[in-house]
Amino acid sequence: MHVKSILAATLAVAFSTTAYAQEFNDPAEFKKQRELLSTKAEGPEGKPWEQHLGGAMVDTAKFKKDGKHTICFSNAGVFNPWRVVGLNNMKGEAALQKDRIQELVILDAEGKDDKQISDIQSLLDGGKCDVLIVSPTTTAALTPAVEAACEKLPVIVFDRGVNTKCPVTYIHPVGGYGFGITSAEFIASKLPKGSNVLAIRIVPGVDVLETRYSAAKSIFDEAGINVIGSEFTGSDRAKTKSVVEDYINRGQKIDAIWMDAGDTATAALEAFEDAGLPYPVISGEDQQDFLRKWQKENLVAIAPSYPTYQWRTPIIAALDILDGKSVPGPEWNLPQPAITQETLASYIDERMPALHYSLCGCQDLPGYPEQWGAK
Amino acid sequence: MTAIPDTVRPSRRVSIRGLNFALLIFVVLYAMIAVLQPNYLEAGLFMNFLRRAAPLVILACGQLYVILSGGFDLSMGAVVTLVVLAASMLIGGDPAMTWPVIVALYAMGLAVGLANGAIVAFLKVPSIIATLGTMLLVNGLALAWSGGAPRGDLPDNFRNLGRLVLRDVPLVGTLPVAVIILVGATLLAGWGLHRTAYGKRLLAVGDNPRAAELAGVPVKPTRISAFVVSALAAVTAGILIGGFSGVSVNAGRGLELQAIAACVIGGAQLLGGRGSVAGALFGSLSLFALFTLLNLLGLPQALRDSLQGVILIAAVGASVLRHRRST
Amino acid sequence: MSVDTLSSGRTRRGFRDLPVPLVVIALAAFIYVTAALATGQANQISLTGLSGLLQRTVALGLVGLGQTFAILVGSIDLSVAALISTVAVLASYLMQGDAGMIVPAILACLVLALVVGVINGGLVACWGINPLIATLSTGLILQGALAAGFTYLGGRVAPEFQALAYQAPFGVPLPVLLLAVLAIVAWFVLAKTRFGAHLYAVGGNPDGAKLAGLRVERFVLAAHVIASLGACVAGLYLAARLQSGTPWIGRDGVYDLESIAIVVIGGTALSGGKGGVLGTLAGVLLFASLDASFNMFGVDAFLKQVLRGAIVIAAVAVYAVRNKGHVA
Repeated sequence: MHVKSILAATLAVAFSTTAYAQEFNDPAEFKKQRELLSTKAEGPEGKPWEQHLGGAMVDTAKFKKDGKHTICFSNAGVFNPWRVVGLNNMKGEAALQKDRIQELVILDAEGKDDKQISDIQSLLDGGKCDVLIVSPTTTAALTPAVEAACEKLPVIVFDRGVNTKCPVTYIHPVGGYGFGITSAEFIASKLPKGSNVLAIRIVPGVDVLETRYSAAKSIFDEAGINVIGSEFTGSDRAKTKSVVEDYINRGQKIDAIWMDAGDTATAALEAFEDAGLPYPVISGEDQQDFLRKWQKENLVAIAPSYPTYQWRTPIIAALDILDGKSVPGPEWNLPQPAITQETLASYIDERMPALHYSLCGCQDLPGYPEQWGAK
Repeated sequence: MTAIPDTVRPSRRVSIRGLNFALLIFVVLYAMIAVLQPNYLEAGLFMNFLRRAAPLVILACGQLYVILSGGFDLSMGAVVTLVVLAASMLIGGDPAMTWPVIVALYAMGLAVGLANGAIVAFLKVPSIIATLGTMLLVNGLALAWSGGAPRGDLPDNFRNLGRLVLRDVPLVGTLPVAVIILVGATLLAGWGLHRTAYGKRLLAVGDNPRAAELAGVPVKPTRISAFVVSALAAVTAGILIGGFSGVSVNAGRGLELQAIAACVIGGAQLLGGRGSVAGALFGSLSLFALFTLLNLLGLPQALRDSLQGVILIAAVGASVLRHRRST
Repeated sequence: MSVDTLSSGRTRRGFRDLPVPLVVIALAAFIYVTAALATGQANQISLTGLSGLLQRTVALGLVGLGQTFAILVGSIDLSVAALISTVAVLASYLMQGDAGMIVPAILACLVLALVVGVINGGLVACWGINPLIATLSTGLILQGALAAGFTYLGGRVAPEFQALAYQAPFGVPLPVLLLAVLAIVAWFVLAKTRFGAHLYAVGGNPDGAKLAGLRVERFVLAAHVIASLGACVAGLYLAARLQSGTPWIGRDGVYDLESIAIVVIGGTALSGGKGGVLGTLAGVLLFASLDASFNMFGVDAFLKQVLRGAIVIAAVAVYAVRNKGHVA
């Protein structure tokens, strides 16, 4: 009896492997994001957080409301530096617009889907909110809660989406495929066919990260570049350095490092330093420590981004909606720039901490740079 | 110390078996690594292996003290995170600050260890809950202090403790500073446990606190000191980890469970009374060799977790069987 | 020693422990009400507010009920978090939105939980492996198998199943009723049946229980099966509430350590043989009130961790300090 049930469970798990393998490789979405990367942005010059890439506008006249507004925000959490910088950006934007905002209520779900659903529920029950901003922990899990919220007030979703069209707008940069395309195309352009690239990733199974890898992998495959390994390091610098050392010790030549997030990029580079090897071509992200290292060591590098300035946009959108102004929607595509050799110098700010995300668009916000942890 | 209960004595004999077994596992695993990647037999790569394993070994030695006293220390990982973040903020990239700050870091460790010990000894909170509480508390403090992302910078003289490799050393060729610290810390831990009256008292407390008390052992101070040793070990490991790879908010995540697992593979008995530093040393080297092996095999991440679980059960299960046979 | 004396001894002990759950419940209520009044959110004390509060207790409460059994027999279960993830993912995978698959999917999950419970119990009771290591390992194995099998989640539970998590007859959410019913069943089993009395005996004094002719291994095994079933129900509830399971749902919820914490806060002794489900419910209510109150006060995410850590220690210390003898 037990043997049978173990077998059944094993089989169920085994079958699922084949069932789910294809989900992160969506050629239509890949193509769409590739086009968006080269689409010209509409909106105010030099303020990418207010711009949008094509798409429609939605009419919000029915949400118009007078007076100062209470904005409620259900946050998935601040469990990594990207979200820490982002939340600072959002608070900064709210401080900038303080004349029009009564209060910004923030509930932090600590990464728990179940808690975030309860949080949204209690925001609705509290009855204070004029508008609800949601940054979901997981796409599917938050869908019912967001649907319930849409019936009561205007909802804005950003970063991750939900499986419903009910929010007024869903704000996000181009996306994971775009990130993978920018970084992999750069690496492919710098290396001859047959070169080796090592992929360093955070965790498996997370939609916004898996799409980055899937896009990069298909570009590497097309360019004839070998992906000699794809390793998960959980954003842990020690693990990243160890993994890269292990690959170096295997004696295989590593021509490039591709990363799905740049927070451990400098640790990966240190492995080459310690082994006395020249630096590889590398794609990181817009963190200060990586940019400084890039400049100091003259790396051949690129910093694609998933810009944290997207955390400013929901506040702007919320106020526009409550003013009855139309906003880009139901999808608001923000530009997703990459930092290149040409623009590198302009993004470096020695005052900022190591994992400050340079595309924060926060330089003009009140409290900059101290609120963002500057010395 | 004549007042030690008789029950402790046979445990010494058993602890030597624990050593042999963990050593055996380590040799087998390292041999498998060497088969896959023969250059791991070179002195240089072995030294590099030790350099990376050093923090785990030191954590395991500290954890062993608490385990022998009959408890657990779940706050070690959080202390590592605190140390790395605090070092970077306090030093702020100024090499002159490195040594004073290291003293301050040990003071913080001392405070956490005393707090853990006092909560367990005086408030009678079971250590698994007490250190779970301090784990949340210390981790929260570290993140609140830094604002959730690393700040400041670590200068080279701090980084060197975990990163620098001395070249052209006689006999071994290369010698990482971390390995020197590893050897020193292990010897110190072994001396404290196996060569002093304090070590015997610790074993007695873990074996049977009631009997130890009747025999005149100061149970509470002994128990508190075990948590202090553990916290100081965590500070040392934190310095090495920060040195090896730099500042990160994830620096200590999950290390407490690895340290406990390493002790257990090394033959330590949970809830006290039996175990040795040599066992903890080879237990943690075995665990680290296993991680390296799984890396080299290039297995999917998921399978590595599963294999780790299987091997943990096998190692502990085997030691249970051996002890059953010997009693 | 006869079984009867064992059970009467247990009743006396249970009596003496009665205040702990009440104290914890009073503390939880005090914190919640103070927070609501101090922040001018009196409507959080309304029926909707309170049902929202109770909703926060469900997932952890279900796990906690099962964990209580494991701890009562002197064992512990660290694999619950991984099992919750596995069950949630398996349920949404098997259902694929099809109402006809609800019953088979639930059965499959229960069977899986049974198997995990038996394995845990077997490793602990029959092989004699320390429960921390044994269940840590089975948790790792499950988590690994899960991550290997399910890299992405296309599956979702049937809408009818999802509705169960969102229904609220008479204003009380259905999941809260489920927790209440299961808690009553668990209380009944522990307090009113021979089996329950024996569990206390086995946890309080395994050698004595053995001498009294009890098959200790069987009770430890049964307790582990119940712990796994508790995690299974929690996993099913989460799958329903979240529409689909994710492989990290249990880990991110920290259900392993938090379930142990609430059980101990509720007055159940880690060494076994003392405590009960009422305390566990009180513990989970305290956690939920803290969550809700932190929200009302708008406490910073990191400070929340600090406070929670301090409160866990304080809550246990309040009565543990009265214990005679040593604790490790």
